[in-house]
Amino acid sequence: MGHRGKKNLMTVNLAGLVPGRQADDRGVLSNQSELRALVNGRLFTAGVIAIFLLLCVLGRYWYLQVPKHDDFAARSDNNRIRLRALPPTRGLIFDRNGIVVADNRPAYRLEIVRERLDTSLDSMLEKLADKIELSDSVMESFNRRLNNEHRAFAPIVLRYNLTEQEVARIAVDRHVLPGVEVQPYLTRYYPFTSLLAHVVGYVGRIDDDDLLQFQAENYRATTHIGKSGLEQYYESQLHGTSGYEKVETNVVGRLVDVLERKPPVAGENLDLTIDVQLQRHASLALGQAPGAVVALVPKTGEVLAMVSNPSFDPNAFINGISQREYNLLLNSANAPFVNRVLRGEYVPGSTLKPFIALVGLDANVVDAEKQFFSSGEFFLEGSTRAYRDWRKGGHGWVNLREGLEQSVNTVFYQVALELGIDRIHGGLKAFGFGQATGIDLTGERTGILPSRAWKQARFGEPWYPGETVIAGIGQGANVITPLQLAVATARLATRGQSVVPHLWRAAEVQPVPDLVFPEQYWELVIQGMQDVIHGARGTATAIASDAYQMAGKTGTAQVFSRKEGEDDINPLELATELKNHALFIAFAPVEAPEIVVVSVVEHGGSGSRFAAPIAAAVIDDWLQRQ
Amino acid sequence: MSNWPIGMGVLTRQLRLDGWLMLGVLLLMAIGLVTIYSAGELSNELVYRQGIRYGLSVLLMLVISQLPPSLYRLWTPWIYLGGIMLLLLVLLMGEGRGANRWLDLGLIRFQPSEVMKLAIPMMLAWSLHGRKLPLEPGMLLLLVTLTLVPVVLITLQPDLGTALLVLASGIFVIFLSGLSWRVIVFAVISAAASVPLVWYLLHEYQRNRIRTFLDPESDPLGNGWNVIQSMTAVGSGGFAGKGWLQGTQSHLEFLPEPHTDFVLAVFAEEFGWVGISILFTLYAAIILRGLYIASQARDTYARLLAGSLILTFFVYLMVNSSMVSGLLPVVGVPLPMISYGGTSAVTLAAGFGILLSIHGHRKVW
Repeated sequence: MGHRGKKNLMTVNLAGLVPGRQADDRGVLSNQSELRALVNGRLFTAGVIAIFLLLCVLGRYWYLQVPKHDDFAARSDNNRIRLRALPPTRGLIFDRNGIVVADNRPAYRLEIVRERLDTSLDSMLEKLADKIELSDSVMESFNRRLNNEHRAFAPIVLRYNLTEQEVARIAVDRHVLPGVEVQPYLTRYYPFTSLLAHVVGYVGRIDDDDLLQFQAENYRATTHIGKSGLEQYYESQLHGTSGYEKVETNVVGRLVDVLERKPPVAGENLDLTIDVQLQRHASLALGQAPGAVVALVPKTGEVLAMVSNPSFDPNAFINGISQREYNLLLNSANAPFVNRVLRGEYVPGSTLKPFIALVGLDANVVDAEKQFFSSGEFFLEGSTRAYRDWRKGGHGWVNLREGLEQSVNTVFYQVALELGIDRIHGGLKAFGFGQATGIDLTGERTGILPSRAWKQARFGEPWYPGETVIAGIGQGANVITPLQLAVATARLATRGQSVVPHLWRAAEVQPVPDLVFPEQYWELVIQGMQDVIHGARGTATAIASDAYQMAGKTGTAQVFSRKEGEDDINPLELATELKNHALFIAFAPVEAPEIVVVSVVEHGGSGSRFAAPIAAAVIDDWLQRQ
Repeated sequence: MSNWPIGMGVLTRQLRLDGWLMLGVLLLMAIGLVTIYSAGELSNELVYRQGIRYGLSVLLMLVISQLPPSLYRLWTPWIYLGGIMLLLLVLLMGEGRGANRWLDLGLIRFQPSEVMKLAIPMMLAWSLHGRKLPLEPGMLLLLVTLTLVPVVLITLQPDLGTALLVLASGIFVIFLSGLSWRVIVFAVISAAASVPLVWYLLHEYQRNRIRTFLDPESDPLGNGWNVIQSMTAVGSGGFAGKGWLQGTQSHLEFLPEPHTDFVLAVFAEEFGWVGISILFTLYAAIILRGLYIASQARDTYARLLAGSLILTFFVYLMVNSSMVSGLLPVVGVPLPMISYGGTSAVTLAAGFGILLSIHGHRKVW
């Protein structure tokens, strides 16, 4: 400010020199130098304030960019980097000959990104309804998905399994359908539909309960999960490990770049022990009748066929069936969802006799020579209640082998009575009755192997001798599953080896203790069973084949108790639901058993007439092909 | 200026230009082109158009710088009155998106409110020229009226950002003319007291901007989005920046209006705090040079005008940089000389032209 005087002087001079200066005209010229000093002072103040404020803002940028940098950098990365889970390809399921029984098929689904729609969701749905089928059940599940929590710009599936025409219709109008995308995916397909529904089961849409059971992390991209059968049991093997993609997306979620990729690991393929052809044979043999057929390889426990009738089409469940359709199936009289092989509970009837015979031999209450007299009726001492033979007038004098051949009840009434319920219980338990077999499927039932303790617990009553008598012929409280019966038969066929049934060839099996009986006991019982088919008086001689020797046992399980004085009822004339269940157990060839079959026909009537031919058909087919 | 390239030195000397101010403005323009290339999705088109605009602005600046301030002083009342007329015309028949700001005169379309950014300081300086300072109360009332009439008209358009700048340019003249500190303090207090009234007068979109300014996270996908994304861009840039063309916030479109109002966020993201410091230093240098030019001005008119113009330039920077860093609510004020867009660049160039003119005519040649 040292030159202020000089400037002042110059301005004053100028005021005189320049004509027309406003200040001069108005004549209100104040002291020019004071004026300039005033304004320049303010300019100086303004400059100081400006620099101060700029420094403040610069400080703000420092604050954001240096101490707060990590927060904002994370925020910026969250903005753009998304971890996208990649679903693994589900493992396929093959039968023992490599035929696919659970397949993955390419399909298309329609997804909606709500945030990208240019209209309201409702009007877009209206538009789409002209192009693709949107049934009530589709809308129902879409609304459920819509209401679930999801992040912004996440696609929500409207419909799975678009037809080719629907894909084409959407493709044509793609440009007027912003926010609507058709995505390819793999869907499960069961080529044998109802034939293997109970064995293979099905996958269905994942729900919250499923996610609680499995690591949610591994299921982030997975849409379907095993809901029943092997699909459920071997879920962890079939599912595989999901991968991920670290992707960079722009503000509307569109992919810009893939930064990192860990590919998913496909699920394991399952090779089953099931033979599809044998399964079909068994199913055809059973026909329309409700019932079950199971076939095992006795040495290994491999399940060759497992038929439960009626069945259902598992493909219908993959993308969800409507509540109405589901209820219809669920409530239908013959319970199609129930796998009768391991959940059906039947009275074993005479099919239990070979096992009683072995227990009796082992306990020395009977031997090969002992003769029994069958009069057609058997009485307990001091009781008038008649326990009958199936043949009126009885079978006369018979030994144990003949008792098996002709299914003579009196023999087993007496054996049972001499054994007593405790030894019967212990002996049959060793064969696996009353317990789960440990097959690789869920929901297996244990049946009932009655004992004193069981009766006390169940009814609070003591055990009566009459109950022991009927237990000897597999009636009364005895309840088995066809699979239990098949396993017991296989142990008999293998003369006591461990048999644990399984459907996955690579299943790890925990062996059970061997049954040890003297060789002649096995021989005797198996001979008796062979005579059932090949003997002169066998109860199932009609199914005998010249090609091989079969051992078997018929069974006819009472569905209701016959009362005194109702002897003359002809079972064939009974209403269907009152008819006896027909059962048959068999293995062949007798000298080196390769297959065990158990067949059950609900309300079929007699085991020899209805169940035995089914088992024979299965055995025929299997042995012919070996 | 002897160390300038020969041609440039001759030019500045011949045209009596202030080399420092010219250098500062040209550097800002260069930074503008570089940043807009990145912010505008690497579009050559945008850079080209901005280049043309800069060229025209420099030309306009040079032309204006060659005319003496005394001439502008003579024209001042007419420019002011013309501006007011145009503002009224805009209110009657203007066009624009959401707000009526534009006036289509067949050949050229422009915003009359931009004219007022120059016309107000000119008019106020004109009114004070040769008067005794500090202000008399009657004079103060006149100046306030002269300022508020166009401010109200612009607010009605509505264009809060421009109204704010126009108001600031008037206030600066009054401040520079030596308004007593007592009155200033009183005015600040009354302004604070009138906040509820202003709130009542604001448009709903303006209220929402203020609401989200106070709490951006309350509406992160709506009104708060701009602020959050802008601060994220700035903060994620860090000390040294992500590098030119490497800003993810802008390139992935998270940042709204990356080449216009939020261009500073792009700059901060890519060049970091170091870049911001250099840029602020450049701005500070320009502002201080402008203030120096004002202090050297020949008469009161030129002194007040130059001071007001350079301080308004400072307000541009203040408001924009504060808004980008979340210190102020979002108002439509561009980053001076860098944001993409013609209107403000032309007005600012005209302002610098006047500053150059005042500098060139600070003494008799």
